[in-house]
Amino acid sequence: MYNSAILINILRFITLVLLQVLLLNHIGFLGYVNPYLYILFIIIFPLDGNRSLLIFLSFLLGLSIDLFGDSGGVHAAASVFIAYLRSPILKFSFGVSYEYNMIKINKAPLIERLTYISLMVLVHHLVLFTLEIFSLSHILLLLKSTLFSGIFSVILIFCTLLLFSRKS
Amino acid sequence: MQQILFFFIRNKNFLLFSVLFLIAFSLTIQSNSYHTARFTSSANFLSGTVYSMKSNAFDYFGLQDENTKLLNENIILRKQLEVFKNNSEIIKKDSSTISTKYEFISARVINNSYSKTKNLLTIKKGSNDGIKIDMGVITSNGIVGIINNVSENYATIQSLLNTNSQINARLKNSNHFGSIKWNTKATNIVQLTDVNRLAPVNIGDTIITDGKSTIFPEGIPVGTIKKYELGENDSYNLDIQLFNDMTNLKHVYLITNNHAQEIKELEKEGEDVQ
Repeated sequence: MYNSAILINILRFITLVLLQVLLLNHIGFLGYVNPYLYILFIIIFPLDGNRSLLIFLSFLLGLSIDLFGDSGGVHAAASVFIAYLRSPILKFSFGVSYEYNMIKINKAPLIERLTYISLMVLVHHLVLFTLEIFSLSHILLLLKSTLFSGIFSVILIFCTLLLFSRKS
Repeated sequence: MQQILFFFIRNKNFLLFSVLFLIAFSLTIQSNSYHTARFTSSANFLSGTVYSMKSNAFDYFGLQDENTKLLNENIILRKQLEVFKNNSEIIKKDSSTISTKYEFISARVINNSYSKTKNLLTIKKGSNDGIKIDMGVITSNGIVGIINNVSENYATIQSLLNTNSQINARLKNSNHFGSIKWNTKATNIVQLTDVNRLAPVNIGDTIITDGKSTIFPEGIPVGTIKKYELGENDSYNLDIQLFNDMTNLKHVYLITNNHAQEIKELEKEGEDVQ
């Protein structure tokens, strides 16, 4: 990675954490629906970047969210989980072109992009809410939270990507 | 040796993932148990500072509401003072009844969560201000929760809206008691469980705290009965509409019971004798 890329990623890390803990964690739409935008960091982390570094950074990212949200280690666990699963999910969504390093997330076809983002969000939310609620008696709440927060997150992440994508 | 080394290098991502996931998982388990020192708590320097900066910036928007609340509380206190003045003849004879059993500390809420299943609040007062674990937390409207973690300048409150919470409460017009739990369904409704079947339960009746625990003084309002049903073990399960709006808390009072230590020691001695 070039120096500028490192700087951009550090800035993105801090901005996303602050945005998440100061604004998005307090939305509580219908009492339990919250978007989790911070995983955008993992989603758009450079595709040719170091995989071990991504896993470690995801842990730090999740842990910072946990520090602010008093949630033990649930966000850290969910973030590490999708960071590790990112390669298989990329392969599944973008097919062969990913393996030849030809893909750019912002230029990929809409359906492939949507599959990638939705899969990442879904896996993340499922792990997150399973660990957070941690009881079988609330399984309906678990699925409900995953579904609605998931839809919310996907829309928000997609819009953010559109908004900040470079035209060039 | 080389084989082992190669194995580690080839699987380094999976090993890193497993180690970090296990750390995160154990942090989660640890945070589910009440009263252990938590590593990831918002009562720390970093998040405390960020949250108090935020509340410094945004508190001005709620000043009008806060003022009305304070005025209302003043009116109630004035009324009670009048009653007190009228009875002052009786009081003077027995000055020892003016108890200093409970002391109150005020604190500002800098973070409040209510959309999870285990909700906590963070306040900007800590062990430096005399805050200790297990102090009760109320507002002028009713109870909020119990302190469960303290750092030097910040503390977290385990809110009523937390599936780990269990607080004793009773009906105002009889002495039948139960414990308050939360079924995570709504932020303004909690459950009072294990109330004796003989209790006179009516919709709209007031629920107040029980003086039996050392955490809350007797008679702090909790809410009113919204619905009741006869559950298992022949006891009532009541739905209680809270007086407090748990989603909008700015200032809270913390209660210290000066006799708590004495009561606990006495009870411990009693258990040891048995």
